Amino acid sequence: MLNLPVALHIPDGFLSNGVVAVLWVAAIAALAVGLRVANRDLDEARVPLLGVLAAFIFAVQMLNFPVAGGTSGHLLGATLAAVLLGPWIACLVMAVVITTQALGFADGGVSALGANIVNMGVLGALLAGYLMRAGEHMLPKTQGAFLALVGGVAWLSVMVAATATSLQLAISGTVPLGTVLPAMLGVHALIGIGESVITVAAVSAVLASRPDLIALATFDRPQATPQAPAAAGSMS
Amino acid sequence: MSKMSTRAFVILGLAVAIGLATAISPYASAHPDGLEKVAEKKDFLDDGKLHSIQEDSPIPDYAFPGIDNERVATGVSGFIGVLFVFALGYGIAYLIRRRDSSGGRSGAPA
Repeated sequence: MLNLPVALHIPDGFLSNGVVAVLWVAAIAALAVGLRVANRDLDEARVPLLGVLAAFIFAVQMLNFPVAGGTSGHLLGATLAAVLLGPWIACLVMAVVITTQALGFADGGVSALGANIVNMGVLGALLAGYLMRAGEHMLPKTQGAFLALVGGVAWLSVMVAATATSLQLAISGTVPLGTVLPAMLGVHALIGIGESVITVAAVSAVLASRPDLIALATFDRPQATPQAPAAAGSMS
Repeated sequence: MSKMSTRAFVILGLAVAIGLATAISPYASAHPDGLEKVAEKKDFLDDGKLHSIQEDSPIPDYAFPGIDNERVATGVSGFIGVLFVFALGYGIAYLIRRRDSSGGRSGAPA
């Protein structure tokens, strides 16, 4: 028997050729912007962070947790990547993970790879980029408010991914929207809680060890003085 | 306040990822996940198929070929996958990083 480990990973055969093509274009456009942004902003010191973040997201995506009714879910990771590296570089990190899963592990389709990069990576990353910046102006500049926002955005990113997937399945003629959307949103409302918990835990760990590595911070960073000891080494 | 070096941060992060993928993933839930469950209930799961180039995936279904023990096979594939993704992410990032010839915002000595 063919065991397809789909998750939110869409296998080949679920989407029509037209939908597949449009989402490939969207994915490639987002990755092209990601390349440009990296070329402009990604300094050498942060290069290893892309590797370790991709590795971490790959690992945690393997950890399916049970939700109600004999169903499981796993982290997507787009919010985590966006909060740490910014939305566009996060698209690149997610593409590395999702492409490896499709080509190396038969997890998610090959034709549907563009769709999966958009749904699980680009949409969540751009949503996080937008909402974190909006939150910066609206929320208290505390670490607590920051983490609460991260948790909310993580949940929402899963709902957006589930909605996008449902729309694509409906447009492809695979299943009516009225059938698939409520079912997808119902189960992913629970999976999103897991996304939220894991993302907040991971961001908290970075906050405790290297708060300067958080790209989309909404809290006031201690400026100047704490950096003095670190800067001392670069004087010459 | 002691601040961890980037190198220590990366090594620690990679160690956590390897630990999770190798030792914890074999015990992850085996239930079908969100989309798969919905596809099954709404009767379109059978539309799904492997792409022809996935017929001989190196590590299909996160089970390293030739290992009978399922948990070990999953752990080994997680270990290999994490190292591969780390190297790929690192390598791509290195290739597309900012080159400082144009003089960055931090005012590098000219």
